Amino acid sequence: MQNSITSQKKLIFAGIICWIIISIVYSIILTGILKNFKLTTAEIVVDAIINNIFLTGSCLLVLNNMRYYLPRKEKYWYVLTISLGLSGICVLITKGLLWTIFKNDSNYTQALSQSTGVRFWILFLLIGCMSMMCLLWYTQEEQQITNERKTDLEKLSREAELFKLRQQLQPHFLFNSLNSISALTGAQPEKARHMIQQLSDFLRGTLKKDDQQWNTLQEEIEYLRLYLDIEKVRFGHRLQTKIIYTDEVLLLKLPSLLLQPVVENAIKFGLYDTTGEVLIKLEAAKENNYLKITVNNPYDPETSQPLKGTGFGLASVQRRLYLLFARQDLLQTQKDETNFITTILIPQII
Amino acid sequence: MKVIIIDDEPLARSIVKEYLQPYNDIEIVAECNDGFEGMKAIQQYEPELIFLDVQMPKINGFEMLELIENPPSVIFTTAFDEFAIKAFELNATDYLLKPFSKERFDKAVQKYVNKPIHSSSQPVIDMAAQSPGQQNRIVVKDGSKIKIIPVNQIHYLEAADDYVKIITHEDSFLKKRTMNFFEQSLSAHQFVRIHRSYIVNTQFISRIDIYEKDSHIAILSTGARLPISKSGYFKLKEILGI
Repeated sequence: MQNSITSQKKLIFAGIICWIIISIVYSIILTGILKNFKLTTAEIVVDAIINNIFLTGSCLLVLNNMRYYLPRKEKYWYVLTISLGLSGICVLITKGLLWTIFKNDSNYTQALSQSTGVRFWILFLLIGCMSMMCLLWYTQEEQQITNERKTDLEKLSREAELFKLRQQLQPHFLFNSLNSISALTGAQPEKARHMIQQLSDFLRGTLKKDDQQWNTLQEEIEYLRLYLDIEKVRFGHRLQTKIIYTDEVLLLKLPSLLLQPVVENAIKFGLYDTTGEVLIKLEAAKENNYLKITVNNPYDPETSQPLKGTGFGLASVQRRLYLLFARQDLLQTQKDETNFITTILIPQII
Repeated sequence: MKVIIIDDEPLARSIVKEYLQPYNDIEIVAECNDGFEGMKAIQQYEPELIFLDVQMPKINGFEMLELIENPPSVIFTTAFDEFAIKAFELNATDYLLKPFSKERFDKAVQKYVNKPIHSSSQPVIDMAAQSPGQQNRIVVKDGSKIKIIPVNQIHYLEAADDYVKIITHEDSFLKKRTMNFFEQSLSAHQFVRIHRSYIVNTQFISRIDIYEKDSHIAILSTGARLPISKSGYFKLKEILGI
């Protein structure tokens, strides 16, 4: 907010300075030309004022126009066309105006018709200059916004990484898993060893994975399976999982670790907060140009109220999707009496 | 001696069982998956000692203890270290951080055996409700049923002798607590003690009227009218920013 206000002030200030410089330059050039035709000072002043008004008008028009429409392709053709058009129109109107004012002054009207061509080219140069400056200004401003978004994205992925570490390495998941391993070592050492393996692979994946990277769905699903298998050891037969996909979608890509918080959320509400057997279902499909992931988990409506807020897990996914694709509608959630469904659309950029 | 193990993870229960094996005088009378089951089992078997996890489905370990009249001695077993202070304020016998060693476990059991009087945890149980993640709900016993009330659904609380009456949109419940307890444990931004005998959820206030000279009355969206004391009015003004 503060920023946009100061940048607006700067813009206005720069605009006024530009306008003054352009007006002075234009007036000097005009005076020089009209002096050659031996016109009176009064005539030159009136001529210069009228021409300056139209020049200012044209510049404001360009300025405003570009605020709403910034040409992306063929920028230079756009500038050329708009400068040519505007200078033509300005010359015609000022000529008509001056003609009516000084129609009895043959010396002036003669000078007017003879200087039309020169006037046109001068106007064209000035308006062209102005348009180029506008174009550069706005392009740079847009670039700045894109950069800000990029920095935000980087910062967030760093935060997410840190959060992940705190979340997964420190508290309950790790210690409870270690406790399960401890319980297995006595009676089922083979199983204990297997679980150590799974836990190690999972932790290594968390540490190593780069948030900026895109992975295939296959890789991400393998990683999620590790996580779910560990939870299955902890909770025994209570947890059932179903991952549904076709071979075709396995090669589609998605940002790495994007699904992890979604599945964690499903486990949190579906498994930690319920009793009895639980089925957590993940479905992947291709829809138009999107990879569509649906995660379905039960929840206990009596004790938990998911989606009061989305909870940090889902909020961070939503934010990440926004930073990547500048869209808010890629994560949707819905619930019925016993099931909570999270849907994510991942645009496939080729 | 009878003990009960309450934990939602089968393997976590099995390690307690394994560690208890050498103790010939200890009998495991029940294993429970969650706080509901735990409560029933405790009432049924009246164990001397329970091993209790904190984070469990339905109601957590602290909430479960709150609902029991004369809770047995407790050894907490949990992966969360942030509950330890609360546990000791509850007079817990010990607090085992998962994963724990056999030596550490034996020490905890020894602590129970050496404890001079096996006092109940009641006196300081008021602290229980302040465990993390709990300020947003209150657990009450409604006859034989257990009711979980999200605090957002509470309209107001009213003092009733040794109890506090909790009024929601559909019902009211009694809980053996003090007004001071609720004043401290509920979010001060949402709940204001407007009177010696009333705490109101500011979300449900629809109007504040002058009642008599110097005193006000809060009218809730349900039509309930609650007196506001002078100091209560100042607090309310501050919270609502009027």
